[in-house]
Amino acid sequence: MNSNILSFENVTFTYAPEDETVKPAVQDLSFSIQDGEWIALVGHNGSGKSTIAKLMNGLLFPQTGKVSAMGRMMEEESLWDIRSQMGMVFQNPDNQFVGATVQDDVAFALENNGVPHKEMVLRVKEALHQVKMEAYFDHEPHHLSGGQKQRVAIAGALALRPRLLILDEATSMLDPQGRMEVIETIRELRRATGLTVISITHDLEEAAMADRILVMNAGHKQLEGTPEAVFLSGNQLTTMGLDLPFAMRMTHLLREAGVELEAEHMTEDELVDDLWTYYSRK
Amino acid sequence: MMEKMIFGRFIPGNSIIHQMDPRAKISFVFVFIAIVFIANSAVTYGILLGFTLLVVFLSKIRLYFLINGLKPVFILLIFTFFLHIFFTREGDLLLDIGFIEIYEEGLRQGIFISVRFLVLVFITSILTLTTSPISITDGIEVLLGPFKRVKLPVHELALMMSISLRFIPTLMDETGKILKAQMARGSDIGSGPMKERIKAVVPLLIPLFVSAFKRAEDLATAMEVRGYRGGEGRTRYRQLDWRFVDSLSLLVLAGLAGMLWYFRV
Repeated sequence: MNSNILSFENVTFTYAPEDETVKPAVQDLSFSIQDGEWIALVGHNGSGKSTIAKLMNGLLFPQTGKVSAMGRMMEEESLWDIRSQMGMVFQNPDNQFVGATVQDDVAFALENNGVPHKEMVLRVKEALHQVKMEAYFDHEPHHLSGGQKQRVAIAGALALRPRLLILDEATSMLDPQGRMEVIETIRELRRATGLTVISITHDLEEAAMADRILVMNAGHKQLEGTPEAVFLSGNQLTTMGLDLPFAMRMTHLLREAGVELEAEHMTEDELVDDLWTYYSRK
Repeated sequence: MMEKMIFGRFIPGNSIIHQMDPRAKISFVFVFIAIVFIANSAVTYGILLGFTLLVVFLSKIRLYFLINGLKPVFILLIFTFFLHIFFTREGDLLLDIGFIEIYEEGLRQGIFISVRFLVLVFITSILTLTTSPISITDGIEVLLGPFKRVKLPVHELALMMSISLRFIPTLMDETGKILKAQMARGSDIGSGPMKERIKAVVPLLIPLFVSAFKRAEDLATAMEVRGYRGGEGRTRYRQLDWRFVDSLSLLVLAGLAGMLWYFRV
């Protein structure tokens, strides 16, 4: 068995199969994701990234091509097995909170998969501990902030001990603080458990933290590579309607203004360090 | 107004009544409602009233709070009381001031009906005040369990109830936001004649419905992804715990019924 946790082979999907004039939402897409990777899937609205998310967990099936996950082809029979091994967090924090309280919500997926009660109690505690929400055990959703609700949603996914976590625009409706909370939680999780993460986003700052970026445009895979490599093609991203991370834009503008910086910078910290060295050299 | 209403509100606590199994409490209330109709004399109604006050005392909910919260009910109570006093014309004439004539039977009926009403309202309020909505849902799901045989979708009903309860605050917030958004656009809700006011509600309801449907769709997707496949093969996170107190409460209720039957005229 290879270590591919998820792969798409020549996948094409259209919402209107009978209508030839409608362009497919995803066209001839192939990629594979290894165990333990952090992948960011970026693209602006209409680039097909939400469709890809739905194809990943069998909410939609492609017209042509193959989707396989955990070494199995995605079909009606394998669907629920595969789903029990992947967690998914969606955009709207309110619309994915099923339980009446935090603990009920985390237990929801466990209940669905018929986990015995004793085991459930342990796993709910463990999952809430992983996202640092133990203190909110008995809270009702409307007393939580957006970031906290998303962390509960992550806990709900983790309780099943999945091999893969998919974040479908999970931070796009949050305020900056909530966004930081969620991103920090994911980093923490990756450090602790080496979980495979796919984050679907249009926020390139978030994507910059991934191991590999896939850039989608109009249903095609436009670019693929490490964040550094992808961001070097700056103009191409900008024409696709994606904003480069602040630090990179700053670097470009400083260069244009005649400041000789050493390299490209992904984060503000790196940029600040470089500016210090630049200043002391002068 | 809304803050004072205690219908359907839950006051967390740790009294004996709070700790009782929701199944016991729901069965208790239903049996109690039936038993109340056994009473037909001063002694039996007295026993009922005394018993109800005991339950209120055990629930550690302040009587003042209960009475204050049930004010709208009391208006109805007083209304039925006077209806009986003025319109029952049986027994001896007690009082006759010109156009008002009060008969003995009327006074008796008036008081009895009021006590019956009061007792029912108190006991049902104690149920909702001491049991969280989610526990009530759990209790109902188990109690309705036998009806699965006749294809009643018990699990689905319970899930629907708990999701509705869960979304009430969310939709309330949403309503507030839409209201403000419409007000900012010059819509005037809450003034003018009745007809205008009803019309003004429409631009409030339509966006609310649209968003509720959107939410329902998102929620369905989220549930499916998390492996929801209906009630088959599901385990329950919330476990109900039937204890001695619960059996005792039903025994006490049986005792009460016996006593009422004995003192009945």
